[in-house]
Amino acid sequence: MQSLADTPLTIYGEQFTSRMLIGSALYPSPEVMQAAIATSGAEIVTVSLRRQQTKQAGDDFWSLIKEMGLRVLPNTAGCHSVKEAVTLAQMCREVFATDWIKLELIGDEYNLQPDPIALLEATEILLKDGFKVLPYCTDDLVLCQRLDALGCEVLMPWGAPIGTGKGLLNPYNLQTIRTRLPHQTLIVDAGLGLPSHACQALELGYDAVLLNSAVAGAGCPITMAKAFEASTVAGRLSYLAKAMPQKEVASPSTPTLGMPFWHAN
Amino acid sequence: MKVEFNGETINIDHEQTIQEFITAKGARPPFAVALNGTFVSRTELPSVTLNDGDKIELLSPIQGG
Repeated sequence: MQSLADTPLTIYGEQFTSRMLIGSALYPSPEVMQAAIATSGAEIVTVSLRRQQTKQAGDDFWSLIKEMGLRVLPNTAGCHSVKEAVTLAQMCREVFATDWIKLELIGDEYNLQPDPIALLEATEILLKDGFKVLPYCTDDLVLCQRLDALGCEVLMPWGAPIGTGKGLLNPYNLQTIRTRLPHQTLIVDAGLGLPSHACQALELGYDAVLLNSAVAGAGCPITMAKAFEASTVAGRLSYLAKAMPQKEVASPSTPTLGMPFWHAN
Repeated sequence: MKVEFNGETINIDHEQTIQEFITAKGARPPFAVALNGTFVSRTELPSVTLNDGDKIELLSPIQGG
């Protein structure tokens, strides 16, 4: 049987087998978080920074993540200005000892939409400061082209607003970005709710998906993590296999040659 | 003088560096510090002296999406 050659997910020169990046928030317990992340097969987990509390909860969380031995991707979630995002990115780099940053810069509180203008400014500053920026952006082709021109080697357009679980609201936009930026590593970030959404993103040719709420908020996060893993594998294989062209008219799949004629009339 | 530490106003009665201040506050690694919205690396903490009205943020890892 012929099998199709694949290339690994590549993020700033580093290669990964899994095509799912997973968040570490919103799980019902630390144990479920750890089990769900492990079950997902994800090799990259997102984390963040907040004010140190007097109790030990934060220390416990970080110990659990560290013992999993995964690549961490810190984010700048909650930042509303370039200054805030740049400062938080620099703090993340020191704490997590990585130059990767998932750059989130919120422009609107209602749908947590990224601010495209501030995002470009912050991206340029951070790239010049030596960061490897993974910008969380809207599914706007020109914005993605500008981020690409700045030197980003990964772009992460949204599927839908964070935490909505609505799936890919605008597959046409996502497909257009894929078509126009064939060299880019593209990751659909946010808004996924079902494994079929992840599968659809991979079928469009996206290199990976990043999700959190869809797994953490499921009735059984561990089982859902497994389902998402399977869906990313299916979606990637489907993309590699190249789907049949859609047709407007029915076409029989069973051969008509040798058909008896008892219903000819 | 008064400083703001993670959103809480605190009176300090003598000159202190950031390192001295956060150590007294019981800071536990890993953490990173910002002073008045600007990142201060850990190597700079012992050499930066606090001034009246300064805002210190001490951040540590948490869950993220």
